[in-house]
Amino acid sequence: MSHEQPLVGQELDPGLTRQASDLILNLSHGINRATASRRGFLKGSSAFVLGLFLLSGKTAQAAGAKNLTAAVPDLKSFQGGDATPHLFIQIQPDETIQIVCHLSEMGQQIWTAVAQVLIDELDAPWENVQIEQAEGHPRYGNQNTDGSRSIRYNFDRLRWMGAAMRAMLEEAAAQTWKVPRKECKGTLGQVIHTPSGKKLSYGALAAKAREMTVPAKKEITLKKREEWRQINKPVKSLTTPLIIRGEGEFGQDTRQEGMVYAVIARPPQLFGKVKSLDDKRALEIPGVMRTVKLPALEPPAGFKPLGGVAVIAKDTWAAIKGREALEITWEDGPNAGYDSEAFEKKLMAEVQKPGTERLKRGDVAAALDAATKTIEADYYMPHLAHSAMEPPAVTARWEGDKVICRGCTQSPQSARRNVASVCGIPEDNVTLEVTWLGGGFGRKSKGDHFAEAALVAREVGAPVKVVWTREDATQHSYYHTVSAQHLEGGLDDKGKCVAFLHRTAFPTIAATFSYGQDEPRWGDLRQGATDTPFAVPNMQVESGKAEAHVRIGWMRSVANIYHAFAVQSFASELAHAAGRDPLEYLLELIGPPRLIDPNKEGAEYDNYGSPMEDYPIDTARHAGVVKEAARLAGWGRELPEGHGLGIAVHRSFVSYVATVVEVAVDKDGKLTIPGVWSAIDAGTVVNTNHVEAQVEGGTIFGLSNALYGEITAKDGAIVQSNFPDWRVMRMNEAPRKMEVSIIPSTAPPGGVGEPPTPPAAPALTNAIFAATGIRIRRLPVFDASRRDRLIKTEQDR
Amino acid sequence: MSITLKINGKEHTVDASPDTPLLWVLRDHLGMTGTKFGCGVAQCGACTVHVDGKTRRACVAPIAGLTGKEIVTIEGLEGPEADAVREAWKEIDVPQCGYCQAGQIMSAVKLLEKKRDPTDEDLDLGMSGNICRCGTYMRIREAIKKAAGDLG
Repeated sequence: MSHEQPLVGQELDPGLTRQASDLILNLSHGINRATASRRGFLKGSSAFVLGLFLLSGKTAQAAGAKNLTAAVPDLKSFQGGDATPHLFIQIQPDETIQIVCHLSEMGQQIWTAVAQVLIDELDAPWENVQIEQAEGHPRYGNQNTDGSRSIRYNFDRLRWMGAAMRAMLEEAAAQTWKVPRKECKGTLGQVIHTPSGKKLSYGALAAKAREMTVPAKKEITLKKREEWRQINKPVKSLTTPLIIRGEGEFGQDTRQEGMVYAVIARPPQLFGKVKSLDDKRALEIPGVMRTVKLPALEPPAGFKPLGGVAVIAKDTWAAIKGREALEITWEDGPNAGYDSEAFEKKLMAEVQKPGTERLKRGDVAAALDAATKTIEADYYMPHLAHSAMEPPAVTARWEGDKVICRGCTQSPQSARRNVASVCGIPEDNVTLEVTWLGGGFGRKSKGDHFAEAALVAREVGAPVKVVWTREDATQHSYYHTVSAQHLEGGLDDKGKCVAFLHRTAFPTIAATFSYGQDEPRWGDLRQGATDTPFAVPNMQVESGKAEAHVRIGWMRSVANIYHAFAVQSFASELAHAAGRDPLEYLLELIGPPRLIDPNKEGAEYDNYGSPMEDYPIDTARHAGVVKEAARLAGWGRELPEGHGLGIAVHRSFVSYVATVVEVAVDKDGKLTIPGVWSAIDAGTVVNTNHVEAQVEGGTIFGLSNALYGEITAKDGAIVQSNFPDWRVMRMNEAPRKMEVSIIPSTAPPGGVGEPPTPPAAPALTNAIFAATGIRIRRLPVFDASRRDRLIKTEQDR
Repeated sequence: MSITLKINGKEHTVDASPDTPLLWVLRDHLGMTGTKFGCGVAQCGACTVHVDGKTRRACVAPIAGLTGKEIVTIEGLEGPEADAVREAWKEIDVPQCGYCQAGQIMSAVKLLEKKRDPTDEDLDLGMSGNICRCGTYMRIREAIKKAAGDLG
């Protein structure tokens, strides 16, 4: 490593020393942390930073503040952000490796994954790792924990970061021993001088290493895949040991000295307003302190609070009772006419007529005319709510014109910007502390709960925790959109599919941010509409218009949910029309191994933000997961009476998942799921056990929504409120068993959290068709007409 | 109004309205946040505690009816079943987000105290009151069976 390495941006960013000291403060705040060993956290360590890189302003300058900024351009250029290791890794003299996780932990085990990658490249013992949650701040690069992008955007970055740190420790040892660096090798927490066998521990080298300049890429050696000790291994979770004792802090668990509690009565309709308020009865309830009227929401909704009235009390229970006692007259606003049942009819009518052309291959109309056989089908999916087990919650505390917010968010930087914008203060006046998330599923990407808490706390003049109840979370979400789709297919005389028309209409997520938007965007369509991997010579994708009347938001796998449901159901319907086995027919539709680029057929396709060169749409990988899932499930085996197998495949977030569901339907129409088998090809995976867990969980999420999920609106207000009327899958309804196969791959890492969800619903309904002959085209399966029993209705006959 | 509750073997006196559910006394008054708020209507099981040896949903258990009773929360849960369950949870890496898991563990421990060798049907019955949106059901099932095996 060269000390003469030219530094880019050598002048110290004036904000940097302050940022570094902020981080030291953070470390002493008792933010969620976990250790791999039983070793306790070094008490007061942050007050005596003896280790590498978390330096207070003065010390930083004394130590050569250049260490605090990116050293060379090639370590700055990763998709997730700068790979300079200073803000992420700190080595203590007692050998503890403190790692800061900048992404939000919501059950996807990102703490463990980030630590695995860093520890592996640093080459330190796993037992020494200690991980903590970063606050929301641009210095960490992209912290947005959604879009299944955490590992996809950060894998290389984290590897280079860990390896850069190892290189600096090696250089420190080389200088200590006055030997060439190439004779020094960092391994398992020690640098070894290979010729002599001399050793120095990382902890002993930390102080010296902090004087080193961050090396350029060419000075750093990444480990070879076969040298990995942590990556691609089933390393145990860092959070589980805390969870099983009720430890760890979620947004709902945040506490502050002198804190009061609030719940908010929000307008039943989007853009509704408080017309009149009588809080006399509420204020009589013991424990209720006061009420706070929030500003009415003006379009577009964005992440702004919904408005309404907050009830402040000395505990949550008093606040809930106080809210019940409020007498509010609402002004309904522009969405009061929204009725999801009527809207469903309108949406279904929309897809009966030609829409806007979004992808074109060959001539679908001519091919349909010439086809030996044509079939068509209409599909509908209702609104859904994320329904994370933890409803949103944030504690906010003001100090002068600065606010500290602490809570559950998937997107701490946008939450911070949102608080600043809603409160009218500079972003630097907002400290955004991140807890664990009791599930996210996309809901907690939207920072409205942070802005609400900040507004209420400013008015109250004391720390306030705003608690969302289950009813609040169900009735004031950013809903998964309703959708209608019309598909037509044409078969030739051999049953081969020669024409494929896919028409889709739904209110777009864009309407939440740009009022009045009523046309699906490319970003919606690229999720399973414009990237259908079928080798059909004539294909057309069209979109229809639909206006939004509630806040539309993204939910785990987003538009892929309804697009995969329609496309993969229709694949099975085509097989049936051709009199062929659904598995064999699906493979025929996928066709020969090839790369697909929707951009060449009239679509705009951004590939989930990943380059097509690194992450092409590769039909060999579609076929690969289909064959593997079918093998696991024993496709073609003899099934008991009333059983059926269904299969579906889908690529999303640049990963491929195929799922086979087995259902059993008894003579009374009662459905059970004896087994589910999935194969995932997500390229290189970091933690094999936790990827399996995501496939299990993502599949359950998809099955639960498909079987029971339906949010409806009447007079503009959401009808469902809590688990009795908003239903999610329970233990007795879950698959009896599930097997997951991870396709071994050296491809770059793809998404994992979302891709398992889309194939679950069509695999389920295809299985129901195989078992009963009932074709479900409207979800949920158990809507009001079926009441948990799969008996043929008039429509099915 | 002041009420004394015995939680995890220790007496706590709190000043709260007698109709206040135990959940909010634990979480807001005593800072024992291991017991979670999920629905408030005894539908999701995230707030499951033990009262005099039986599972109770703390969100619908007013403190007025709990004086003189032995309350156990996840923080104070101990015994051979608890140890076996926690070990199995770690071994299989059951939790994802973890928010429902305290409730799952509280239910699982009571189930194992009653049924040393639970069948799938016992598990359906004993655990269907605890919702997990992350979808860890298959692992919960496997972990309880493992704990049962380890208990012998």
